[in-house]
Amino acid sequence: MKLSREEVEHIAQLAHLKLSEDEKIQYAEQLSDILEYAARLNELDTEEIPPTARVLDRKLRLRADQSLPGLSTQEVLKNSPESRDGQFKVPPVLGE
Amino acid sequence: MADLTQLSLTEALQGLQRGDFSSRELTQAYISRIQTLEPVIHAFITLDLEAALSKAVLADRLLSTNEENLPPFTGLPLAIKDVLCLEGVRCTCGSMILENFVPPYTATTVQRLLDAGVIPLGKTNTDEFAMGSSTENSAFGPTHNPWDVDRVPGGSSGGSAAAVAARMTPAALGTDTGGSVRQPCSFCGTTGIKPTYGRTSRYGLVAYGSSLDTVGVITRNVADTALLFQHIAGFDPLDATSAQEPVPTYTLPDSPDLKGLRIGVPEEYFIEGIQPEVEQAVKKAIQHMEGLGARAVPIHLPHTEYALPAYYIIAPAEASANLARYDGVRFGPRIGEGETLWEMFSETRGVLFGAEVKRRIMLGTYALSAGYYEAYYGKAQKVRALIKEDFIEAFKQVDLIAAPVAPSTAFKFGEHANDPLAMYLEDVFTLPASLAGIPGLAFPVGYDKNKLPVGMQLMGPHFSEPLLFNVGHAYQLASNWHKCWPEDELIKNTAFEKKEEIR
Repeated sequence: MKLSREEVEHIAQLAHLKLSEDEKIQYAEQLSDILEYAARLNELDTEEIPPTARVLDRKLRLRADQSLPGLSTQEVLKNSPESRDGQFKVPPVLGE
Repeated sequence: MADLTQLSLTEALQGLQRGDFSSRELTQAYISRIQTLEPVIHAFITLDLEAALSKAVLADRLLSTNEENLPPFTGLPLAIKDVLCLEGVRCTCGSMILENFVPPYTATTVQRLLDAGVIPLGKTNTDEFAMGSSTENSAFGPTHNPWDVDRVPGGSSGGSAAAVAARMTPAALGTDTGGSVRQPCSFCGTTGIKPTYGRTSRYGLVAYGSSLDTVGVITRNVADTALLFQHIAGFDPLDATSAQEPVPTYTLPDSPDLKGLRIGVPEEYFIEGIQPEVEQAVKKAIQHMEGLGARAVPIHLPHTEYALPAYYIIAPAEASANLARYDGVRFGPRIGEGETLWEMFSETRGVLFGAEVKRRIMLGTYALSAGYYEAYYGKAQKVRALIKEDFIEAFKQVDLIAAPVAPSTAFKFGEHANDPLAMYLEDVFTLPASLAGIPGLAFPVGYDKNKLPVGMQLMGPHFSEPLLFNVGHAYQLASNWHKCWPEDELIKNTAFEKKEEIR
């Protein structure tokens, strides 16, 4: 499995990561190596094996549907780089 | 007064409760040692020493009342890995993207220790978002191994393990997703538990691989590990995958008797390429346990070699989803003001995430992307089932499994700098237990020719922590490796001599 530079750019776009030219070259090589290593998994026949959803064989529980106290708006906004009127402030969603 | 930092956690608690010394004296002893050693070791990202000292004064007031029902750890200083939230103290996860994040809430495991009376000294260094095996991926610079400062302490909980080994704290909280408690314990000569998945709450632990993440403890011996772990384990309604099994009281044996115990020795963990001294030390420890009455049984875990490729698909896939939340909106600094939202996301993440985190996000994004999901993530989750099945089969024949923690002792800085795959291979013996969700107890069983510690891990079935603690404690009753610490040549040499006598 060899990743092309275009594929690296596509993945970076999906992951919202702006990469430098050097990083693109480096990741193309390193990710190819890792994926090649991961291809060893294909040595195993897993046709009849169900994938592991959880490691403990227990039912997931549901909590009661009741409202519980949470953080105040002020506490939630405290760590944001920009907020206004009790909301997160972000740059324009669409360009000019 | 004797050096209080030489006391184990258990001894320190006894001293506090008897009034041999105050919490202020104990805390000050650790603060002084931190102030001396931190410039060399760099075990911490954030220190909270002034607050610690004021809390110690308050603890002394409580202790002086001689009340019966004081919280069990009243006045005990402790370090916390910087991926666990403590309200009001910044939590960086070793990343620039959370450089200034001050959590408005506290992780359940941390809260339980605060309720038990613990005094936080600070937040310990970690590979960025716990992704790494050396702390070299910390945006705040690496931690140095107290046994040899030119070497890594292991990772990702390397700050916690180094702080314990250098006696800058009696114990520390760590986290283990693929070996992040056990491997640094092996490299630093400390004792620590990676619990059963779901045994400790993940609430307030900054998520990396959610189906693998566990919170554990790092201490100087098994008795301390059991005592500390007792107070963080247990069901938490705030974590949807928290296990509801009641937590037993971890009582430990008084004498080193392992009669009737069947210890599985998996051939797949003693492979070519392992450092010969590691193999020898672990095999000697197993013989030692046989001398205490246990029976060693050769076993096979046939899918062991597939744990590494499976883990390095599953964990990055989960990480790529978990780390999507760092986008310059809710936490951390923002890069690229004035542009569109999407450009701001990419720039913030591209600039503030480190190389390894970006690598794993890319890998995980690829493994989950359309057309590749089944081939990679789906396949890895099926192989995970085979690895888990290996252990279930093995535990029909044996009570627990003994193996090395890592293929080598602590390596030098930069040894794997340009080869991520070589770094991943460091985790080859810790990943299977992580994928199977079973517990692993790591503790020292010897040294190599450079006097670097060698660690062994005992792995048991789900929720077998009591058995692991019992066996580990029995071994430590009959050995002295856990009493060897760096810095003080005399202690080290004495322990080496004693060990020779036992043989």
